[in-house]
Amino acid sequence: METLNFRFDSKPVPRAANPALCGVVGSGNLEILVKPGIEPEACRVRIKTSARGFGETWRAVLDSFATSHPAGGTVIAINDMGATPAVVTLRLAQALAEYQGGAL
Amino acid sequence: MNAPLPRDWDTLRQSRGRRLERAASLGFGQEIPVDRIIDLLEAVIQPGDRVCLEGNNQKQADFLSESLADCSPERINHLSMVQSVLALPSHVDLFERGLANRLDFSFSGPQGARLAKLVQEQRIEIGAIHTYLELFGRYFMDLTPNVALIAAQAADAEGNLYLGPNTEDTPAIVEATAFKGGIVIAQVNERLEKLPRVDVPADWVDFTVLAPKPNYIEPLFTRDPAQITEVQVLMAMMAIKGIYAEYGVTRLNHGIGFDTAAIELLLPTYAADLGLKGKICTHWALNPHPTLIPAIESGFVESVHCFGSEVGMDAYISARSDVFFTGADGSMRSNRAFSQTAGLYACDMFIGSTLQMDMAGNSSTATLGRITGFGGAPNMGSDPHGRRHASPAWLKAGREAYGPNAIRGRKLVVQMVETFREHMAPVFVEELDAWQLQKMMGAELPPIMIYGDDVSHIVTEEGIANLLLCRTPEEREQAIRGVAGFTPVGMARDKAMVENLRDRGIIRCPEDLGIDPRLATRDLLAARSVKDLVRWSGGLYAPPSRFRNW
Repeated sequence: METLNFRFDSKPVPRAANPALCGVVGSGNLEILVKPGIEPEACRVRIKTSARGFGETWRAVLDSFATSHPAGGTVIAINDMGATPAVVTLRLAQALAEYQGGAL
Repeated sequence: MNAPLPRDWDTLRQSRGRRLERAASLGFGQEIPVDRIIDLLEAVIQPGDRVCLEGNNQKQADFLSESLADCSPERINHLSMVQSVLALPSHVDLFERGLANRLDFSFSGPQGARLAKLVQEQRIEIGAIHTYLELFGRYFMDLTPNVALIAAQAADAEGNLYLGPNTEDTPAIVEATAFKGGIVIAQVNERLEKLPRVDVPADWVDFTVLAPKPNYIEPLFTRDPAQITEVQVLMAMMAIKGIYAEYGVTRLNHGIGFDTAAIELLLPTYAADLGLKGKICTHWALNPHPTLIPAIESGFVESVHCFGSEVGMDAYISARSDVFFTGADGSMRSNRAFSQTAGLYACDMFIGSTLQMDMAGNSSTATLGRITGFGGAPNMGSDPHGRRHASPAWLKAGREAYGPNAIRGRKLVVQMVETFREHMAPVFVEELDAWQLQKMMGAELPPIMIYGDDVSHIVTEEGIANLLLCRTPEEREQAIRGVAGFTPVGMARDKAMVENLRDRGIIRCPEDLGIDPRLATRDLLAARSVKDLVRWSGGLYAPPSRFRNW
């Protein structure tokens, strides 16, 4: 296991009432929990992953996501079982939509 | 004046006569008792012969292969094997036991690692790795078999053969052997008084043997919809909207895999919603993929010609004779040589997957320690310069590649891959493993499956790169890096150049295509399980037990 922590600048996202949970902890998949944070212009991410040594790939994937989506004002917790960047990006988009009240 | 040299002009026929005499002297007629097959093989095969062992990725002459491997290496040795596929353990046993030492083939999937080891130990000499069509071609040029060992469904008393739905390579092999002084030996699953139809006439066949069990057939083209991922659904949506619809692709071939299975299962749903029924995917060169059943049942598909059959599909095919090529007896006749020809010259598009792709777009399924070969992919996945007839898709692609006054069209050759395989192995690489494999094999060329200059489009979860519109090698490279995502070569992209390519529509992301990735869910699949496929077929599809979980 490896634990990674990141902070990215990101435009504020409209806050919904409830935290959003997306995905499952299964092989090649991951679980994402999006909760309100205290910094409106930043997104904090904490990752627990079974695959060691991919810190820079995570940073790149999350940085790209925080740039292309408004995700400011959130804290995101991720439990990962070796998901590829494609799956991570898709789940993040789904979780963030859920967090905004399920609007697509 | 040069006097003509005296010579015999019928040595092949004489040799054939001597072989048949040896068999006759041992008391053999056309029907060989199963317990005497080794005696027959040792009587008619000579050291140094070129032997074709029928076997491809589906039907296998497995009994004859095992029997040949059990022959005495003192009687039979230095054989030169020509065969579509090196797939069975007994295929490799021939080399390990010293019966054969040279191999010309197309594909070696499951035995790829054992083959690589034999090559390293210099116990096997590989002539070349071919495509199917190339190898068939050489059967009629410089690799004509002395003996062919084939598999048929049934024989009658005269020796006529019925090949069943898995006709596959048999006609090409038998024709080359029987008409050049060779010997044809067939293993059959049953002897019948009257055959459903005659696929090979008796006078092209020398011996038949009733095999102790039916010839092995691998259900190679069955993909369980339950295993299709949302990322594959997303890529399938992009392919349908960004390529199939834009070019109006009606005639095509799909490779094997979950990526293309996802496309097949989105035809009755996503593609139908886009109004594409009747406008795309009407005519196919394709094995009977179970995942095509929903599209057929929805009226998308007019015609399918098959390389081989697929386990469990026979009753369904028989009941859909407007779609599949079937005999008067009702069963399908496949034919790999003709279907490959259709794939080469009569298809507007090939779409398939690969394991590695370099920055020139070359792709390979060979990885270190495994010699896998190509099968039919390089033939399907190439732009044939011999094509002369036009179609809207072919013309549009040609104009994109060569400009508005192009005098030729262009086949669409699409590679569809996720940027990472399992265990985070990047698909996009600076150098293919094929180059190291070439050194290990001592081969003239690296085993590249599809050459980069044949590739027209690359689809990844990041988007579609249209290589036809690239005007320089640098643009091509950046277009590939631009869809290579977070792989090391993707991260090394020139961001400004990639943005420019995106502005010009050479790279298109899901949002450029009007696709919301969050809508890419498994709910879009017309069937989400094998059981759903059975339901779509009205109970006619009978999946093999390993695909049944109910």
